[in-house]
Amino acid sequence: MAIATIGAAARQNRQRNPRPRNRLLEDERWLAFTLLMPTAILLGLFIAYPFFKGVMLSLSSSRVGIEGDFVGLANFAKIWNDSIFRTAVWNTFWYTAVTTVFKLGFGLWLALLLNRHFKGKAYIRAAILLPFIIPTVLSTFAWKWMFDPTFSVINWALFKVGLISARINWLGDPDLAMASIIVVNVWRAVPFFAISLLAGLQTISPELQEAAAIDGARPWQRFWYVTWPLLLPVTMVVVLFSVIQTFADFQLVYVMTGGGPANATHLFATYAYQIGIGTGLLSEGAAISLAMFPFLLLIVVVQLLYIRRVETR
Amino acid sequence: MIEGAAWRRWVFFYIPLTLFVFVLLFPFYWMLITTFRPDGELYQPWNSPRYQPFWTSNPTLDHIKYLFAETLFSAWLWNTMFIATISTAISLFCGVLAGYALSRLNFPFAGSLGTGIFVTYLVPQTLLFIPLADIIRNFKLGDTPWSLVLTYPTFLIPFCTWLMMGYFKSVPKELEECARIDGASRLQAMLYIIIPVAVPGILSAGIFAFTLSWNEFIYALVFLSSPEQKTVPVGVTSELIRGDVFFWGPLMAAALLGSIPVAMVYSFFVEHYVAGLTGSVKG
Amino acid sequence: MAQVVIRNLNKKFDEVHAVKDVNLQINDKEFMVFVGPSGCGKTTTLRMVAGLESITSGEVLINDTVVNELPPMDRDIAMVFQNYALYPHMSVYDNMAFGLKMRKFDKAEIAQRVQEAADILDIGPLLKRKPRQLSGGQRQRVALGRAIVRHPQVFLFDEPLSNLDAKLRVQMRVELKKLHNRLGTTAIYVTHDQVEAMTLGDRVVVMKDGLVQQVGAPLELYNRPANRFVAGFIGSPAMNFLPVTLADTDGSLWAVGPEFRVKPPAAMAGRLRGHTGKAVLLGIRPEDLRVTNGADPADHTFEATVEVTEQLGSEILLDLTAGPAPMVASVEPTVTAKVGDRLRLAFNPDRLHVFDSQTEASI
Ligand SMILES: Nc1ncnc2c1ncn2[C@@H]1O[C@H](COP(=O)(O)OP(=O)(O)OP(=O)(O)O)[C@@H](O)[C@H]1O
Ligand SMILES: [Mg+2]
Repeated sequence: MAIATIGAAARQNRQRNPRPRNRLLEDERWLAFTLLMPTAILLGLFIAYPFFKGVMLSLSSSRVGIEGDFVGLANFAKIWNDSIFRTAVWNTFWYTAVTTVFKLGFGLWLALLLNRHFKGKAYIRAAILLPFIIPTVLSTFAWKWMFDPTFSVINWALFKVGLISARINWLGDPDLAMASIIVVNVWRAVPFFAISLLAGLQTISPELQEAAAIDGARPWQRFWYVTWPLLLPVTMVVVLFSVIQTFADFQLVYVMTGGGPANATHLFATYAYQIGIGTGLLSEGAAISLAMFPFLLLIVVVQLLYIRRVETR
Repeated sequence: MIEGAAWRRWVFFYIPLTLFVFVLLFPFYWMLITTFRPDGELYQPWNSPRYQPFWTSNPTLDHIKYLFAETLFSAWLWNTMFIATISTAISLFCGVLAGYALSRLNFPFAGSLGTGIFVTYLVPQTLLFIPLADIIRNFKLGDTPWSLVLTYPTFLIPFCTWLMMGYFKSVPKELEECARIDGASRLQAMLYIIIPVAVPGILSAGIFAFTLSWNEFIYALVFLSSPEQKTVPVGVTSELIRGDVFFWGPLMAAALLGSIPVAMVYSFFVEHYVAGLTGSVKG
Repeated sequence: MAQVVIRNLNKKFDEVHAVKDVNLQINDKEFMVFVGPSGCGKTTTLRMVAGLESITSGEVLINDTVVNELPPMDRDIAMVFQNYALYPHMSVYDNMAFGLKMRKFDKAEIAQRVQEAADILDIGPLLKRKPRQLSGGQRQRVALGRAIVRHPQVFLFDEPLSNLDAKLRVQMRVELKKLHNRLGTTAIYVTHDQVEAMTLGDRVVVMKDGLVQQVGAPLELYNRPANRFVAGFIGSPAMNFLPVTLADTDGSLWAVGPEFRVKPPAAMAGRLRGHTGKAVLLGIRPEDLRVTNGADPADHTFEATVEVTEQLGSEILLDLTAGPAPMVASVEPTVTAKVGDRLRLAFNPDRLHVFDSQTEASI
């Protein structure tokens, strides 16, 4: 019975077949072109074009409301001789290097702690990501309030413990201000490092650890010879992202110190903002932020080469 | 594995973990307690005997009331929500299509386009904000939410594309081949088979993109000027500080309330968020 | 009516020439099996028929129409994949209905056809489930069901049984055969398992390195393999190959090995004459060897030493050496042989194969 109906239906089916369709999108190349169009337009308009425009601006003498003239590298020469700019460059490197070391150290530590089984692990993991989720500006205000010279809870705690006898003006002293900024940046990024590295740790089979243990490796040896080399590729990518974000950081410094005291804590981005938007010297501001570009490029290239080497090893 | 003596567990595990959790969460506690603390208690110098850091005896809603009555906080919340939602939607749309094309289709320059996307993924907003401000002005978009709705995708699309490429690669090719043999065009196979299967990936990308746009600061700071157009982070920075005077109560209330929407979205989709986070750094 | 013709088909991936000049005709209602070792180009050929892979050169015709440029959706074929490729977000019913929906069938007809297919395959109770709630065998049936609801002109199968365990595989093999007898749809079936090929195929195509080695009915391949490769590939355990020299002694032809000599049957002698004095390969299937009972003519027997014995219950496999040449014999379970024993083996002279040692072609 079934066979007969199938046969009959099959014949009807034949006639239903060829229908007109849009053949163009059956071609992989046309389909790819179509699917990539929206992305290409948006990125072209708001990344490629601004980049080009930024280069042009930095070579001109524009200010807000004034179309400037072409002045060659004059803006770059000017910022090169600007002592605040030099401080900002130094600060940026220092800030990036120090925070990266601490983020990596603490992040790895926390990841190793979380890579165990214990009750409530899911909740702890969810909770510790909060610093990374909550808008930076908002959590930085909480820190700024904690560092407040008059009402600081940190001062109170240190005083109670007996570590200090007089108040510390955290954000009023150039070095302490930088240190405070570093603390907040590390605080915000440790969860990101920890969770990413934890994901990396979880891809490493526990059998490897067990095999090494049976081979007689002590815990730190197991970490150094088994875990760390396998974790290296993930670590490199996490560091790459973090270094770039930190190098180009803006909001944290903007909220904590606004570049002060006495322009001592500026980074590239905050100084570019102060000059380009604050004082309206568009072209000079553009030059300052573009000055980041070669460094960013270098970081990306070096790290990508390194990642490739680590991965193909 | 066998852990050894109990004190080792305490020294090497419980104590450090507790310290981490404490330090990572304390600022939020501080936000919370400040929000509900009356001004009289708030402004006690740190060395005053009446400094009472960890608790408040007279909780008050004054700061929150002030926020809604005297400032445009509710408008900022709405603006942020609107901008984050629309820009996330745009980015997902673009990112899903581009990710599909780059991971599934063979076409000339597919490889270099993929690398191009990865490079734009690494472009920080602070590199381009000055020329971009000029462009936004020229397009007559200054001081409108559209200036952000259109520019946020520049950092969200590369991220979404990257994440979706990874996700699509994990979906067996046979699924769409089978669909195409079953009579679907390439576009239909993508719409009816691959995209539904990729929903968890899309959700991850969406949640992550949403938190990123909620967090964005410098574009919002530069492109928006009138108080009623601002987003939460920018509004808080510019409208709750008068010169050198910080209104700490309302400030902390704003920080708390401004965090709640993201925190809620996050708490509903923790797993997706974590998947997005770890996917975002996968090479 | 559905006939598939493949003409001078070639496929090159950048470096790899995966399919070389394949010519085939698959007749209406025929069950054609492609078999060959891993990487020989079976899947690639099948995918070109399906339209999933572009054709480097040559033609594929379905019902006398060249379909090279036709996208898969318009070829009216159905395919069952090795990993089943069930749409994980759809119920079994929706999986089966998808192809019909794409072709805009009305709801009632879809329901009727799905029900029919479900009855045939005995998966009625599973229709509401999601693929992840099914066992491997059930998934397999659903994948089949999805193919048959469409009533396509041609079924394509790419190793559909290889993800099943051994027992289920045998069972599904029988069902597939029944299904084909019932529906009569033209089918192309890819496998690397020669047993599947022999049991399922009306005809079998043996491929190696992108080249077709031989096309024929299963028994034809078994009885008259075109070359050494086909002879070794078809049949299990594999055929024994003994290097020998053909020598003319006392007016009759002998195959002379290092420690034995046998006399090919008179029927073959004519063909072998031309190779007198040359080295050739003698092919004897394990099942064509037995321990002599003394009645065999001495010309068709030789001595060998037992190395290993494998008891299979219904038969015994003896791993032997005849001089330096290793060989396998499948003998009666009643034979008692120990490792190290010297046995006198007889072969069936009518089932001897001889291959040119250079070209490896059958003589
Ligand atoms: N997309 C591809 N790109 C490059 N080479 C390919 C591609 N697909 C297949 N090949 C190569 O083509 C040859 C034939 O592959 P094919 O998949 O057809 O083999 P097969 O006979 O199906 O093998 P198996 O039994 O392992 O499935 C192999 O050498 C394979 O490496
Ligand atoms: Mg194959």
